[in-house]
Amino acid sequence: METWAVASICVLLGLTARWTVSLNSYSGASKAPMFGDYEAQRHWQEVTFNLPVRQWYFNTTDNDLKYWGLDYPPLTAFHSLLCAHIANLINPDWIELHKSRGYESPAHKFFMRATVIFADVLIYIPAVVVYCLYLAQGSSKTKSSALLCILLYPGLILIDNGHFQYNSVSLGLALWGVLGLGCGHDLLGSLAFTLALSYKQMELYHALPFFWYLLGKCGKLGLTGKGLILLVKISLTVLVSFALCWLPFLFDPQQTLQVIHRLFPMARGLFEDKVANVWCSLNILVKIKTLLSVDTQIYLSFGTTLLAVLPSSIKLLMKPTFWQFRLALMNSSLAFFLFSFQVHEKSILLAALPACLLLNELPLMSVWFLHTSTFSMLPLLLKDNLFQPYIITSLGFIVFSLYLFSAVDRSSVDDLRLGPCCRLTGTNFLWFSFSTVVKLQFALSVLTMAGLSFMSAALEPPAKLPDLFPVLVSACACVHFLGFLLYFNLVQLTESPRSDKKKIN
Amino acid sequence: MAAPRDGTLSWFLALTLGVSLIKFLLIKAYHSTDFEVHRNWLAITHSLPVSKWYFEETSEWTLDYPPFFAWFEYGLSHIAKYFDEEMLVVQNLTYASPATILFQRLSVIFTDLVFVYAVKECCKCVQGGKRPRDILGSPSFVLAVLLLWNFGLLIVDHIHFQYNGFLFGVFLLSVARHFQGRHLEGAFLFAVLLNLKHIYLYIAPAYGIYLLRSFCLIQDNSDGSLKWRNFSFIRLAALGIIVCSVFALSFGPFLALDQLPQVLSRLFPFKRGLCHAYWAPNFWALYNAADKALSVLGIKLKLLDVAKLPKASMTGGLVQEFQHSVLPSVSPLITLICTLISVSPALFSIWHRPCGARGFLRCCVICALGSFLFGWHVHEKAILMAILPLSILAVESKDDAGVFLILATTGHLSLFPLLFTTPEFPIKILLMLLFTLYSFTSLKRLFRPECCLINTVESVYLSGLIPLEIFCELIYPLTSWQQTFPFIPLLLTSVYCAFGIIYSFFRLYGILLRGPRYTTKRKSH
Repeated sequence: METWAVASICVLLGLTARWTVSLNSYSGASKAPMFGDYEAQRHWQEVTFNLPVRQWYFNTTDNDLKYWGLDYPPLTAFHSLLCAHIANLINPDWIELHKSRGYESPAHKFFMRATVIFADVLIYIPAVVVYCLYLAQGSSKTKSSALLCILLYPGLILIDNGHFQYNSVSLGLALWGVLGLGCGHDLLGSLAFTLALSYKQMELYHALPFFWYLLGKCGKLGLTGKGLILLVKISLTVLVSFALCWLPFLFDPQQTLQVIHRLFPMARGLFEDKVANVWCSLNILVKIKTLLSVDTQIYLSFGTTLLAVLPSSIKLLMKPTFWQFRLALMNSSLAFFLFSFQVHEKSILLAALPACLLLNELPLMSVWFLHTSTFSMLPLLLKDNLFQPYIITSLGFIVFSLYLFSAVDRSSVDDLRLGPCCRLTGTNFLWFSFSTVVKLQFALSVLTMAGLSFMSAALEPPAKLPDLFPVLVSACACVHFLGFLLYFNLVQLTESPRSDKKKIN
Repeated sequence: MAAPRDGTLSWFLALTLGVSLIKFLLIKAYHSTDFEVHRNWLAITHSLPVSKWYFEETSEWTLDYPPFFAWFEYGLSHIAKYFDEEMLVVQNLTYASPATILFQRLSVIFTDLVFVYAVKECCKCVQGGKRPRDILGSPSFVLAVLLLWNFGLLIVDHIHFQYNGFLFGVFLLSVARHFQGRHLEGAFLFAVLLNLKHIYLYIAPAYGIYLLRSFCLIQDNSDGSLKWRNFSFIRLAALGIIVCSVFALSFGPFLALDQLPQVLSRLFPFKRGLCHAYWAPNFWALYNAADKALSVLGIKLKLLDVAKLPKASMTGGLVQEFQHSVLPSVSPLITLICTLISVSPALFSIWHRPCGARGFLRCCVICALGSFLFGWHVHEKAILMAILPLSILAVESKDDAGVFLILATTGHLSLFPLLFTTPEFPIKILLMLLFTLYSFTSLKRLFRPECCLINTVESVYLSGLIPLEIFCELIYPLTSWQQTFPFIPLLLTSVYCAFGIIYSFFRLYGILLRGPRYTTKRKSH
């Protein structure tokens, strides 16, 4: 079949999965008085539509910041405003100031779900299609397999179309940024990434690789000649696009500070709920959240994050290739997720995006990581009554990705790109035993995750330990993530200069 | 040879798993009153003695399927009690707890395994699957997708709610057995099928003629004429014993209870109207539309008196009883005669010039289509009886592929009114696009060396379905006519689709009488 037909079928399957998942319940459905993220998004439409721009981020009589106050950058607010205008055309009750709080109806649910899928179709899905068809390596079969697997990645579907958020907008914009850099359109790439950053501050997890890659590229061109011009052009693009996005808030320093204060709420503590990162898992053993002062926590997390990102950043700066860039994105976002301050469980999606981009080259590890990332959000999904779609989509994803990439069979030292590492350290695996060990580990890990999933859903936790299952889930996922961080760093750092087949530009 | 066989199994399992996961995701979707119908049957068969099954009428959805289906529900009810006992109480009308919904949906998904097995058997029967280099392009792969991922089955069974997958499984298995030369088994399965759902009576003539001609007559004269000396009475007796014993097992108990008339009156309710609430896209839809057009024209030209016209005629399409105002009314007998006339040339053809199991299958499709076009109180879902078996023919010959594309696309689109709820609107559009896109591209690729499968007029007609759908579902509801003439979109859909289905009926007849051209196969080998 022609490529376009296969690609369209993959897209249609992805859309079908998205829409069928969206038939399920959403976060905080009929849970007064606070509801959940669905109400948050609706509330932002209400606020942005009814209040003047200067009140959006401030606590006023009409804008109670304690009730889902706006805490995302301006582009999110503008998006809410756009949605609000459409909502106003259909039914003004949906966004009436104060009175619409906690509004829920089947028609409104349809509208909200449709806005998510519309954003998906407009931004995220085209980016994935372009990436898989034009930038990914391999035969047309692997390309379409990657397309299908990325579009069926359960984590994003469950959070966006189930739980309810617009991650596909920020991730899609970031992906457009990656595409821009991959195709050599550095300016367009930086524009797209700036937009992503102005949509969701969490995109900072991806910011360092973008910075180091562009800087490294300029350096290669010569920082006195062509490189300098490119650097100036890029900086100008970034500054101008930032300025445009933030325009209404730039005239008054108080406004700017307030927005930034809303975006980075330092007072909210090291972590919330149960997150599969290092701090939350350490907290099981040592109560760091209560032992240390907030300031110490900030310094500690800042320092460790920097330390964890440093090696991959330096390597990328020295060798700014597209392959290194994708690995650095993976390492940086994972390090931020594991060590930074105030991480949400949903932030793992930021690390899932680069993992999707590595599917073609490192199928087994990417699939393994993506599956773990979905699993790490299990407590949240259980809260939202999304267990059933979680099981179905995860099962589908893992079976189809392993089947389409024959991922389990590609587990030798060279398939996992650990060859240089072994040569460097002088480790001499018997090839057969190495691949068997990997397969065993994989099987064990998938079984553990499946077991924990069903236990969390079916068993009552003992009365003394009400949080037993969420803690087990996040600790298990955290151990996995640490392993992945080590692995992806090894792959990135030990890539020898000669085995440079993957270079794109 | 072990490796390719494993390969076949793995892609087949992947296809099955994929579609099953979609079915699981559809558990939360809307379900129609058929859900309550089947819940009620579960309750009736579980809590009442057999003697009361066909008399019970607490719910308006009385048991009107043959006895084997009642036993099927009886079997299911023994699993149902582990989910929620309350659904098995006859008095609990419209009971739909989450556990009930889960059980009912799962029961459809799991009984579909019969269908999956049947599809696997059918895939073994198609020719030309000897290109291991490219699995995606092999006829058996295409056939597996066309059957397993059939749009109509997905929405009718897994959203609307029915057990067609299971029933079609039995039917396709019976067809596959005839392809494999295991005629007695095929006949047995078909007899069972008739006692599961009697709508398959429509294709019984094809079975009867085929079995008599190609199974009971062992061998023809060299010139192809009949040779009655070769008629095997042993085979006929074997057939007779099998069929009669199946029917005896099914209806015997009711005969013994002296309830046969009651059972039959439940199975064949002629009190319903000529057309269903939503007109199935058949000949009578055109007839009704013509009647309506003539009456409007008559009033405009002052040839007809408004006061004398039957009242319901102007809001028709939403009422069960439709009274014709200009054209003569139609009785059940007339529809029966029309049906018989429409299928008899096909039956004669396979008697005089049997073309093996393929000719028989084509005759089945024609019988299903003929009864769909001219039958009494036809449901739009019945079109699946023609689309599914035609899929098997479509992957083998170019002519059938062309007809299949027209019939499947129009027939599936005519199922759209089944799902009228907003949240399901995107699902039906997406699944329809998925199936249509796949069937067009894969069949085109299968017969690539030759020219296109459908001609310009046909493709213009099929493209017309897109604006039709946009008008009916998106534009019309916004206009003020929606309030006064809510039936217009349904009428337009069924009339437009009726043309396509009638056209495919005639094209199929053309292929049957002329004989299909299997040229592609020779070329590709």
